[in-house]
Amino acid sequence: MAYSWGLRNLKNGDEVLVSLMEHHSNIVPWELISKINGFTIKYAKVNNDGTLNYEDFESKFSSKTKIACLSHVSNVSSVVNDVKRIAKVAHEHGALMLVDGAQSVPHMRVDVRDLNMDFLAFSGHKMLGPTGIGVLYGKKEHLEKMEPFQGGGEMIRDVSFRQGREQCDITWNDPPWKFEAGTPDICGGIALMEAVKYLERIGMAEVLKHEKSLTEYAVKRMQECSKVTLHGPSDLSTRCGIIPFTVEGMSSHDVALFFDTYGIMIRSGFHCAQPLHQVFKLQSSARTSFYIYNTREEIDRFIEVLKEIEQV
Amino acid sequence: MPTVEDYVARIEETCGEEKGVIVTFKYDKKDDAIAKIRKKAQLKNSLSGIIFEFAFRGISFRLFSSGKAIFKGIKSKEAMHDILAALLL
Repeated sequence: MAYSWGLRNLKNGDEVLVSLMEHHSNIVPWELISKINGFTIKYAKVNNDGTLNYEDFESKFSSKTKIACLSHVSNVSSVVNDVKRIAKVAHEHGALMLVDGAQSVPHMRVDVRDLNMDFLAFSGHKMLGPTGIGVLYGKKEHLEKMEPFQGGGEMIRDVSFRQGREQCDITWNDPPWKFEAGTPDICGGIALMEAVKYLERIGMAEVLKHEKSLTEYAVKRMQECSKVTLHGPSDLSTRCGIIPFTVEGMSSHDVALFFDTYGIMIRSGFHCAQPLHQVFKLQSSARTSFYIYNTREEIDRFIEVLKEIEQV
Repeated sequence: MPTVEDYVARIEETCGEEKGVIVTFKYDKKDDAIAKIRKKAQLKNSLSGIIFEFAFRGISFRLFSSGKAIFKGIKSKEAMHDILAALLL
């Protein structure tokens, strides 16, 4: 989006609005393009518990705001943001709304029409699909106005050489082909579609219900551990299946490698969200997360190892 | 002539906290690597029989029984390679 839409539509004096809870992938591309086009990026605050500061986000909109970019679900705290509310304010200011759905689309039903988002991006590998492929949804009216991202085969309708003028007249294909130059990732596309069908057969409501059940159980069990601090809001109804935590006296990497010894894989570090860790005043965190294949028995085993870590 | 690459599957920098380097030894070589490290480095502490804290040439590191190690205070990739060569070869 930053390269395809931002490069051609943003200029000096314009503003892009993002939040401090964003994954680096929703910060770095805008920073890169801002260095070329000279627009300003405004960062909306996040509360100490990891929830979005809606008042701050909404107060930063102005006539200069061209696009608001927000995670639907935080990849660190799993806080679910009210993107419909932000989209409404964005549209009142004549701005577009881009939603990072990498942590929402795999875990819940997302209705782009109801939420009225202009663009939604998500990844294949977060939803049982392959790496290296993702989806960008966009309203047709926006996609039709946008210029192609890259040039090559398939994204054109006609390339006509004009003799005498020594140039080619080119017309673009219709969206979405206009944005898919060259031979596409056929295998990736087929595999991702199968992943989508698989999840739809289960039902996204069931996926969310299972994850919430596991999260509630895991949080309750983790609270048995006196040296473990859980981060993120205490109201679990606002969260999905991710729990960031720290263990007193141990680095997050030591914690992750300890779990690894028992065949339990968790993530450690910044999780590509360093600004949010600054909000939490953390040098790093460990992060456990759940999906459709996890069970309560696995959480019990996780807690056993966590209690062993506390004794180290 | 064995090389560091014979033993090491992956080297990656950590993010957050004090910068460190995680070394993952090749699965079929990890026991050999752990044995060599235990001979050459000075064992400072053993935690739960899973984490072993070592010191070697002024560098501290934690070796896990799974065949991974976290090194602290490594200045460069070359320095990491030199330490591994001294430990493993």
